[in-house]
Amino acid sequence: MKQVLEFEKPVIELREKIEELKRMTKDSEIDLSEEIEKMETRLKKLENNIYGQLKPWDRVQIARHSDRPTTLDYIQHLFTNFIEFHGDRYYGDDEAVVAGIARFNHIPVTVIGQQRGKNTKENIERNFGMPHPEGYRKALRHMKQADKFNRPIITFIDTKGAYPGKAAEERGQSEAIARNLMEMAGLKVPIICIVIGEGGSGGALGIGVGDHIHMLENSTYSVISPEGAAALLWKDAKQAERAAKSLKITAPDLKELGVIDEVIPEPLGGAHRDIAEQAKAIGSVIEDSLEKLMKLTEDDLLEERWEKYKKIGEVKERIQV
Amino acid sequence: MQLKDLFAKKKKYASIPSEQAKKDVPEGLMQKCDSCQKIYYQKEWKKNLYVCPNCGRHHQITSHERIQHLFDENTFVEWDKELLSGNPLDFPQYEEKIEKDRVKTGLNEAVVTGEGLIKGKPCAVAVMDSRFRMGSMGSVVGEKITRAIENAREKKIPVIVFAASGGARMQEGILSLMQMAKTSIAIQRLHKENGLFISVMTNPTTGGVSASFASIGDYNFAEPGALIGFAGRRIIEQTIREKLPSDFQTAEFQLTHGQVDKVIPRQEMRDTLATILEIHQLGGVADETSS
Ligand SMILES: [Zn+2]
Repeated sequence: MKQVLEFEKPVIELREKIEELKRMTKDSEIDLSEEIEKMETRLKKLENNIYGQLKPWDRVQIARHSDRPTTLDYIQHLFTNFIEFHGDRYYGDDEAVVAGIARFNHIPVTVIGQQRGKNTKENIERNFGMPHPEGYRKALRHMKQADKFNRPIITFIDTKGAYPGKAAEERGQSEAIARNLMEMAGLKVPIICIVIGEGGSGGALGIGVGDHIHMLENSTYSVISPEGAAALLWKDAKQAERAAKSLKITAPDLKELGVIDEVIPEPLGGAHRDIAEQAKAIGSVIEDSLEKLMKLTEDDLLEERWEKYKKIGEVKERIQV
Repeated sequence: MQLKDLFAKKKKYASIPSEQAKKDVPEGLMQKCDSCQKIYYQKEWKKNLYVCPNCGRHHQITSHERIQHLFDENTFVEWDKELLSGNPLDFPQYEEKIEKDRVKTGLNEAVVTGEGLIKGKPCAVAVMDSRFRMGSMGSVVGEKITRAIENAREKKIPVIVFAASGGARMQEGILSLMQMAKTSIAIQRLHKENGLFISVMTNPTTGGVSASFASIGDYNFAEPGALIGFAGRRIIEQTIREKLPSDFQTAEFQLTHGQVDKVIPRQEMRDTLATILEIHQLGGVADETSS
């Protein structure tokens, strides 16, 4: 059973009606083709209406859709020769993060991403895509290796956040994330980060410092979940819809705030409607980014990375007389 | 850069004791320890740097008082005092909250930065102040800390950051999150030139500040009893469905778990920092003149 989101119900219902009519005409003498055609025109219009003006909360729902493609889905479509490697060499292997090497259009690359599951069993294995310190340290190990062997790094961000657990704290969740931010700043290879689902706070940023940051059209990137913000602000998690709007967490919002580089368009209704088409759109953006970034000298690359982050934020300066 | 008539207003300095304190002890004269409940004269309390002489509990100290204690007399020069927050997301009630804390604390934002001498040794400093929006890191806090680190790098002096923060500033959304990246890149630039960065985690150092510059010092220090951690206790308890021990995420807990080099009582902070600065100043060359 496919998950149907509240705001797209009218579309799904109309689509089902059309299917039903088509079935009826098949088994009977009645010709309904004119009606069906009319309804299909109406469907197109309805789809454009609903999907063409998605509210922030609608996008949150799409970003959390259970069928939304994950890091491993995109890896399969985008790369050849992908080999996954495990472990952080300190403590263990965190399945909420996948890392490995592959080729992108023949170019050797290092690929890292947060990995959630699509059902309960997978989600338990992947800890719902919420990494422990081991996940960040595994990611860093592979990034340093990419730096050593001069391979560009591509990261896929898809997490509600770093795991808020006892063991994670005991093993230094803060330090693991912080170290990644600092080390990523100094890597001498291009880093391209793509938010494919939910980008949850520091846990997302832990593999998210790069030269180009892109977001899928219906993905989100936020300092706090809409529910968390609503609980803090209005003492009511049910105000999440309102918080989603105030926090400015959608791809178009972040583009406007100057935080990300490209908004990658999604198929009508979301990435899960057509993974192959979505992967193609991501691929062409990676291609563009690689072309631009691989031309830069090491010094220019690091300087541009610094300049990019240096200017983020709004600051007013009162001039003293 | 914008200039608004709002800023033409005179700054007000006012100290407002908490409601609880007002009820319990005569206002401005006595102070009660949060932990052991012993009562002290305000003068004695201040002289002891808000550390309870009986039980050692470290209470909140303002950024300016910390600076006054830390630096040699009349050597501290403040930087970027006039950087002020905007409301980049047009977040409801944000400006009012900022204004309220400006009046309450006499500060423009949640961090004071600058340079001075500690026992004759120059260093840059950023001291966060948890009275201002819980010490949360928005654009201005991120920018001031970044500039302080950059200044230290250019002047080739060490930088010490006293963290006191509940984390990111929600009202600045993603811009607040990105300050974690910005400050961390500044630290990276400092490291590349072998600059010294000392992090001192005070109560509280959590969330985005804990998960950025505060955890990656060449030395990570903490004040006794300080709350230090990534996720909030309540969220962890809800997630794992178990009660956490009372010492969870304290400075001492972080010491035991290898995240902190040393827990340093407030009264010893200046001496310890001075010794470290001195050793680093020598840079591997024996100095016969100092004892
Ligand atoms: Zn006491």
